[in-house]
Amino acid sequence: MSAVPAARGLEARSLGCMRNDRSLFEALSFRLAPGQALLLEGRNGSGKTSLLRILCGLRRPDDGALHWDGEDVFRLGPEYHAQIAYVGHRDGVKHDLTAGENLKVARGLGRPNPALSLEQALDQVELWDHEDVPARNLSAGQQRRLALARLLVTRAKLWILDEPFTSLDSHGIGIVESLFAQHVADGGMLAVTSHHAVSWNDTDIIRINLSP
Amino acid sequence: MTTASLNRAFALLLWRDLLLAFRRRTELLNPLLFFVLVTTLFPLGIGADPALLRQIAPGIIWVAALLAAMLSLDSVFRSDFEDGSLEQFLLSAQPLSVLVLAKVIVHWLITGLPLLIVAPLLGLLLNLPGESIATLMLTLLLGTPVLSLVGAIGVALTVGLRRGGMILSLLVLPLYIPVLIFAADAVQSAGAGLSISAHLSLLAALLMLSVSLSPLATAAALKISLG
Amino acid sequence: MLRFFHQLGSPKHFYRIAGAWIPWLAAACGVLVLYGLYQGMVVAPTDYQQGDSYRIMFIHVPSAWMSLFIYVVMAAAGAIGLIWHMKLAEVIAISSAPIGASFTFLALITGSIWGKPMWGTWWVWDARLTSELILLFLYLGVMALYSAVDDKRTAARAAAILAIVGVVNIPIIHYSVEWWNTLHQGPTVTKFGAPSIDLRMLIPLLVMAVAFKLFYLLVVLMRARVEVLERERNARWVRELVERS
Repeated sequence: MSAVPAARGLEARSLGCMRNDRSLFEALSFRLAPGQALLLEGRNGSGKTSLLRILCGLRRPDDGALHWDGEDVFRLGPEYHAQIAYVGHRDGVKHDLTAGENLKVARGLGRPNPALSLEQALDQVELWDHEDVPARNLSAGQQRRLALARLLVTRAKLWILDEPFTSLDSHGIGIVESLFAQHVADGGMLAVTSHHAVSWNDTDIIRINLSP
Repeated sequence: MTTASLNRAFALLLWRDLLLAFRRRTELLNPLLFFVLVTTLFPLGIGADPALLRQIAPGIIWVAALLAAMLSLDSVFRSDFEDGSLEQFLLSAQPLSVLVLAKVIVHWLITGLPLLIVAPLLGLLLNLPGESIATLMLTLLLGTPVLSLVGAIGVALTVGLRRGGMILSLLVLPLYIPVLIFAADAVQSAGAGLSISAHLSLLAALLMLSVSLSPLATAAALKISLG
Repeated sequence: MLRFFHQLGSPKHFYRIAGAWIPWLAAACGVLVLYGLYQGMVVAPTDYQQGDSYRIMFIHVPSAWMSLFIYVVMAAAGAIGLIWHMKLAEVIAISSAPIGASFTFLALITGSIWGKPMWGTWWVWDARLTSELILLFLYLGVMALYSAVDDKRTAARAAAILAIVGVVNIPIIHYSVEWWNTLHQGPTVTKFGAPSIDLRMLIPLLVMAVAFKLFYLLVVLMRARVEVLERERNARWVRELVERS
């Protein structure tokens, strides 16, 4: 990891965010390098989701700048989006499509990962033989795992996740945690908000608490 | 991103939206029924004098088409917004305007094209002569895509609002006026045996303009609405 | 000069500079309106066809000019705000909308009053009046969208997009309405104004046009000042301002 050039990864420079002229956070700076995870903590309404949406490039910060490999994220646009995968509150699962079709769309919109078939991606989140099942017939936890399988079908380096463990049981949490650990160990990056106490050994974690 | 992957994403989205429409095919009839129903209201309200109906038929049919197109607009982005798919499109590795164009094309195929198919029937009900009916279909072919394209901008601006419907009509209907004027007048002129090549050229020009500009405006609007 | 514009871009300096301009603008506008009205109502000769009723032109024509002018300004300011993320441009754009709508409304009302003795009815689907009516709808759309979105920055940016789309459409709408009008009404409708206008009529018209422009500038600065205060109400300079007064 030490061989990585200084500018690689995601760098936030004094980000500020307002909502209805209330300042959620200001002068927030951090660097997320390959092999690191960013864990956002804070009370409800402290701006965790807003920060994640800024990190995705969905929302512009009211102040400061965000750089990917030394270049402005909002100038990169789709080029930056090719590097990230996002699973938000609304998990983007289409109920009228099957699990396989959902993943197929996700793969086509990003940079497809040639190493993994859709079936293998579903296997990794333990949705065996669910490829042709309409997503509406999946349980809430299964739908969540389907949404998280989206992370695997593209070559995204940075995973941005808003409360990924919501509606997962302890077994599901275990599956997802091992996916995260694997991704970080492979030199990927992670930005997560979670109420769930995350316990990753051997992971280089940056913690930011938005509730002072 | 390469052109090939761009084409693939475009085709993928066409496939996805057509598949979704097919799985909800019972809903496809609704705008069509609305179109027919609104048109049949006019003879009931005005009277069934054939000469009068023939004179006002182009305007009635086109106003009904405008309203049907507007009411069906919500479906372009609404369900994708609600389940979070729209965010995923914004975060796609492909330019958003290209994805938007694919979605609008599908929207036109499932709401605009059917209008074209029932229009001759409505023309007969309203006593339009044959050459007017042919022109009516031609104007619908050129005009309804413009309605979908321009309307998409309005939906993109209002998709985050809880009660966007009323505002949407306020935003979109004034922009529909040129299409209404050229199209309805073309049908009327054809009935009177006049040349309609100018009307059709103007409608085609509007179509070209909206194909090239509206996806960009829609993409920009979506980025603002979801920001 | 460059430094001046840079300062104008910051809300605090804008508030101060605009505040200093407002009394002068108000005075200049007031003088010009009085002079223009005197010239128009008293000095300008009676029209041999329309009698004295044509004098409403001195309100109607500048209002109609302003209605279009302000829409273009609004779209341009909106575009600047979108491209360079300039908050002040957003504020100017959104402060312009109600003023433009008011001028459009004024143009419609005065056009209708002017038309009454000429056409014998309050409303005729004349091409210019119809275009003006559609322009009013476009303004109302921008205002409705702005007030419907909760977050005011998002609202201003969405309204700016709509204004830009509108400005692209205005020539098309105008042309289509002209086309529609010539086909359905024939060329019998009298156009406003005469081909060659008396100089004593032209001068008050131009004076009123300048006065209306100054009035717009005055009101947009006043509105923008309020808007800036509201948006920056948590900033230190606003707190200090409030405490001082």
